[in-house]
Amino acid sequence: MKIKEIPQDNIKTLGGEKKALYALDESGRYTTATTTGWEVEEIVLLDALADYDRKAEEARQRVLKNRTSPIEYFMYIRRMDLTTLAQAMGLFKWQVKRHLKPEIFRKLHEPVLQQYADLFRIPIRALLHFEEGS
Amino acid sequence: MNDRPVFEHRHFAHCESGVVSSLLTHHGLSLSEPMIFGLAGGLTFAYLPFIKINGMPLLSYRMFPKSIIREIQSRLGVKFQSKIYRNKEQALADLNRFVQDGQVVGLQTSVYWLPYFPPEMRFQFNAHNLIVFGKENDEFLISDPVVDHIVKIKPEDLQNARFAKGTLAPKGYLYYPVFIPPSIDLEAAIRKSIQKTVNMMTRAPVPFGLRGIFFMADRIEKMGGRKEPRYIKLFLGHIVRMQEEIGTGGGGFRFMYAAFLQEASDLLRQPILSEASSKMTEAGDLWRQFALACAKVIKSKSDQIDLNPIAGLLRQCGEAEKRVYRMLASG
Repeated sequence: MKIKEIPQDNIKTLGGEKKALYALDESGRYTTATTTGWEVEEIVLLDALADYDRKAEEARQRVLKNRTSPIEYFMYIRRMDLTTLAQAMGLFKWQVKRHLKPEIFRKLHEPVLQQYADLFRIPIRALLHFEEGS
Repeated sequence: MNDRPVFEHRHFAHCESGVVSSLLTHHGLSLSEPMIFGLAGGLTFAYLPFIKINGMPLLSYRMFPKSIIREIQSRLGVKFQSKIYRNKEQALADLNRFVQDGQVVGLQTSVYWLPYFPPEMRFQFNAHNLIVFGKENDEFLISDPVVDHIVKIKPEDLQNARFAKGTLAPKGYLYYPVFIPPSIDLEAAIRKSIQKTVNMMTRAPVPFGLRGIFFMADRIEKMGGRKEPRYIKLFLGHIVRMQEEIGTGGGGFRFMYAAFLQEASDLLRQPILSEASSKMTEAGDLWRQFALACAKVIKSKSDQIDLNPIAGLLRQCGEAEKRVYRMLASG
């Protein structure tokens, strides 16, 4: 890629920051240059983020219908999946899956809930009184 | 004006090679980022469909995190002191002491918990490297290689980022160079590292190296009609994000490696390396065409996805790279 071919699409997702990259100058020498982003990056990033948002919203609806626990909602809000969450909690996937069941969730002891809250960096009441927050 | 410690912040394409280049330069061994990346054999391709991170297969255009720090030590004989922590408070106390002593250190952090990153960029990625070089008004001064200016961070935010949990958890990982050999045979090191990368890319079994690229092309082709359009789009987006967005200098590190080959050609006075550099640039340009084609699929509202041209472009990338390695192996 030549310097003049570097996309400068000023993408929103970079928040006004610039990225460095290597490109060829006029005499064919590699040099560092900066870019305000490529539209392609923005498209794929926004698509990935929209997927988390969609999953979080679906989870929120299911929490209100008592079909899942607030843990699932915050998992997507924090851009995690079951595997990532289980690893971060130091639990097996099936254990976290159990915690997503409303009836099991209601019986969880405070230290476990606190661990989830700490991981999500939210106050514990956001888990316990989900309806108020949403 | 103030007594901000002297540290030259530089803007790099990639975090790990950037931090290592910065730290070594700070200690008197001035090597460019592409040189560090090339010497450490940073270039690769790996596609592991059975290891999933956030629902997407593990995919990498460069060697796994920490490998640059490890490889540069064995290649050049430099030594890094490194530490991981169980105790967060201990980690913070140590960092404060390093700052007081004027010791510039590299840290592994999670992007998700770094407030100075744009919110859209903050994913659960635990292997981001940055440099702490001082403290000002109770905030740490950070030289983040992928940000073009110096940033500050509150100790509690930095603690969050250093002790994020999950895949590749940083565990407070901290490192700094403690020994640089008085003389380094750079030419021999370059030859060895190129040999290593060529071997890796041409001889490694599926799903690594060139075979990995062709394997991924086959997998993409077979997805058509079998997977949900929604999944296919997310999957193509994932490939492009790994290739373009997460600090790769564009073209999935291929341009950075081309820059390394050009620098190596000058040092070794071997024109064939310069030719290989041009060929690698062509490969990088093809990777970008591939990314563009993927983005078009994602953007289109239609659920009719023709994956054959996408797989075709990917095979072209593989073929272009094959020419580079053949040239390097003969040179």
